[in-house]
Amino acid sequence: MTDQMTTSRLQVNLVGLTKSDYRGSSSTLCQGCGHNSISSQIIAACYELDIVPENVIKFSGIGCSSKSPFYFLNRSFGFNGLHGRMPSLATGALFSDHTLKGIGVSGDGDTASIGMGQFKHVLRRNLRLVYIVENNGVYGLTKGQFSATAEEGLYLKSQGTNPYLPVDIAWEALVGNATFVARSFAGDPKQVKELIKAAFSHDGIAVLDIISPCVTFNNKDDAVHSYAWGKEHEVALHELSYVPMAEEIMVDYEEGEAKEVTMHDGSKVILKKLERDYDPTNRAHAMRILEEANAKSWLLTGLIYINPHQMSLMDIYNITETALNRLPERRIRPARETMQRVNEMMF
Amino acid sequence: MAVLQEIQEAVPVTEQRQVVNDFSITVGTVNGSGSQTSNLTILRALFKMGIPVSGKNLFPSNIQGLPTWYTIRINKDGFLARKDENEIMVAMNPATFASDLAGVVPGGVFFYADDINLPIDRQDVVPYPMPVKRLVRESNAPSNLRDYIANMVYVGILAQLLEIDLDKIFQALNFHFKSNPKPVDLNFGVVKAAYDWAEQNITKRDPYRVEAMDATRDCIMADGNTAAALGAIYGGVQFAAWYPITPATSLAEALQEYLPLLRKDPEHPDRNTYVVIQAEDELAAIGQAVGAGWGGLRSMTSTSGPGLSLMAEYAGLAYFAEIPLVIWDVQRVGPSTGLPTRTAQGDLTFVYFIGHGDTQQVILLPGSVNECFEFGWRAFDIGEQLQMPVFVLSDLDFGMNQWMTEPFEYPNQAMQRGKVLWEGDLNRLNGQWARYMDVDGDGIPYRTLPGNRHPRAAYFGRGTGHDEYANYSEDPKDWHDLLERLKKKYHTARQHVPKPIIESTPGAEIGIVAFGSTRLAIEEARHQLAERGIKTDYLRLRAIPFTDEMASFVENHSCIYVVEMNRDGQLHQLLKMEYPQYATKLASIAYTDGLPLTARFIRESILSQEV
Repeated sequence: MTDQMTTSRLQVNLVGLTKSDYRGSSSTLCQGCGHNSISSQIIAACYELDIVPENVIKFSGIGCSSKSPFYFLNRSFGFNGLHGRMPSLATGALFSDHTLKGIGVSGDGDTASIGMGQFKHVLRRNLRLVYIVENNGVYGLTKGQFSATAEEGLYLKSQGTNPYLPVDIAWEALVGNATFVARSFAGDPKQVKELIKAAFSHDGIAVLDIISPCVTFNNKDDAVHSYAWGKEHEVALHELSYVPMAEEIMVDYEEGEAKEVTMHDGSKVILKKLERDYDPTNRAHAMRILEEANAKSWLLTGLIYINPHQMSLMDIYNITETALNRLPERRIRPARETMQRVNEMMF
Repeated sequence: MAVLQEIQEAVPVTEQRQVVNDFSITVGTVNGSGSQTSNLTILRALFKMGIPVSGKNLFPSNIQGLPTWYTIRINKDGFLARKDENEIMVAMNPATFASDLAGVVPGGVFFYADDINLPIDRQDVVPYPMPVKRLVRESNAPSNLRDYIANMVYVGILAQLLEIDLDKIFQALNFHFKSNPKPVDLNFGVVKAAYDWAEQNITKRDPYRVEAMDATRDCIMADGNTAAALGAIYGGVQFAAWYPITPATSLAEALQEYLPLLRKDPEHPDRNTYVVIQAEDELAAIGQAVGAGWGGLRSMTSTSGPGLSLMAEYAGLAYFAEIPLVIWDVQRVGPSTGLPTRTAQGDLTFVYFIGHGDTQQVILLPGSVNECFEFGWRAFDIGEQLQMPVFVLSDLDFGMNQWMTEPFEYPNQAMQRGKVLWEGDLNRLNGQWARYMDVDGDGIPYRTLPGNRHPRAAYFGRGTGHDEYANYSEDPKDWHDLLERLKKKYHTARQHVPKPIIESTPGAEIGIVAFGSTRLAIEEARHQLAERGIKTDYLRLRAIPFTDEMASFVENHSCIYVVEMNRDGQLHQLLKMEYPQYATKLASIAYTDGLPLTARFIRESILSQEV
């Protein structure tokens, strides 16, 4: 596709594509939304992994996060399905051509509330799917309700104080027998990209719980926040038609380091990056460090657990080499001679 | 037993009229006792004797311990619908002994296990006590199997008194136990012992017996769920996702049973060309099937009413995003959990409209077990051609009972895969195509499938508003045009669905319209009406949308009785919507109590309005 001239002018990867070949349409999400940063890192990861976009299918459910697949890999097939039902759609679709790589983008509402059942079951089937949860603890598209991952005691202007304990997606993934569990922060592009690359290389379900702050709804008026807009527009939250410009929160920190981050709403989150020599293949150990981090109110980031030995769903079903959706009639309709035998098998 | 002695003496022993090959036998047992094997053995033996026969299991939603009945109808003229009258009762369950006795017609026969110590308070039936416990004890069967083989006692005694061929009973057992000699010999041993006991100890005092015929030679015996699964396999099913639910479970299980036998890939026999997944619920079952259908696989799911309620969400998306898949609804009694083990035709309007917003779905309505097979493969062709979900409405009576039916026929046409563009097609088109553009004027657009490597092949599927290029759009014109095109496509569907079957009687002015498993009862009712001088034509509907044949049938009859097994007359409602100008000619005969309709009910309903 790419001729000599273009190659010399633009930087191409091993499959001869430029980074722009991985782009999507322009984002319609709010300025400064962590989701956009994640889309950029998906583009970067696929480019660096030399993935041909036609070899990828994108999936999503419903919500702000679920719009994301429109903002990367325009040359890949995609399907924006139903709220909380992305895993089932992806399961069926990925069988149509088992050589395709799947990437699903979900949100905390889409995964931890309405989609909890399908999330848990796609884990135990070990579908070959990069499953990204863009986790902001809030419902954006319906303008600011608590999600199931919102921490107890969180205050939202329109909702009051959240009385419930949160769902921890990484923890649920680990308990649910996911074979790849990672967590990151949207404002740490280096780590996000590396984890996405690792997830694409995993032959099974790869869950990435990415904390992705909502610039618009996860705010509170008494916070010590970095942006002046919060106070100015506090009243407008119920009937918001203007979304202010906000800077995305960026961090850069080393393995083993803990980093305090001030969120858009002024709240503080402590990110704790896993140690460089951490062994992510020990599930019991992974559970222990997650629990310890929770006790300290730290958000542990990095590759928490990986099991590369579990059979993926495609392997369990021992699918033939040709893509199922290219099989001709003679390979899927039994021969005419069998009809009589079948009738004889009845009584 | 003094009472019994009197009755035996009271009933005349000889010089009775003979009733040959025209009666019903009902067996009352406890579910979980293994009686199904015995009942199927009788049914199959009669079938192998060449006698038209049907069997219906009336069972509770329970694993063990509740009353269950099995009714066998034998009819030399081939009228095999359920009937209310019961000539022969076999009472094995003390709990229903009294009501079972009360249900026998005058002059009928009452077999019962003699350890049930209850009074026989009718003089107008012939009682035959059966020493079930004694014969089981004498069989030397292992103690853990005694309860199961107890039911073989009545098989042997009935065989002797009704003259059922023992060789055919052996054949039936051999089939049931897949030629495994151990259970065959054990069960047949009990049958034979009971037969011998009856021969020596019972003097026949009733008129009922069977005689071999040659009326079933061209038939097989099968259930509708197995037939549906086999049909799907011959339709090239590649993906099936399901969740267990009575009465649809055995459809998916038949897929799992027969796919490994029938779908050996000629090129790579060690690898699979199909996937069957038991999903976590019906939401996921249909979600997976929609994903696979979008990906270009012949994809299906099977369920019943409650599962269908959960599937409404993805069914609506599939209609709107134009994704082919096949959804079998083996109907049971609703609303709600309803009666899981009883039959009905109550899902018709729900399925027709399933999905919020303006939605119209394509429905196939098989009217025999053979047609369950045919629609099993045909539904894929229709769905892929229309890029729509296709619902096939069977019911528990078809799905879970054994029916005499014509042998399954190999599909008479090559697979119709619909409008799919692959890389070569897109090269020819220079990559110029639009997923939702009506190029051919039939409302059916072209689609590409994931895995198509042409750089212009990909599009973004969605349940949200879209333009012809599948881009998100809130443009009023885009939305309006899209819904109008879907309507046009539904109109095109009329050319693709099976046409109704019309049976005419010269001079008939009234018509009967019905669908599905009521067919046998309607055929019998028409016969009975004709005997009373009322001629009828019969349109057996096989699909929705309605075709021109339906319009002319309604137009050309003075009165049309719409017969169905539901409360509200759902087909009647749909017909009135479709043909408002003929609404006054359409009369509803709708009834639901969980049991299959009888010819008597249909006949009397029509007579009450005609006379």
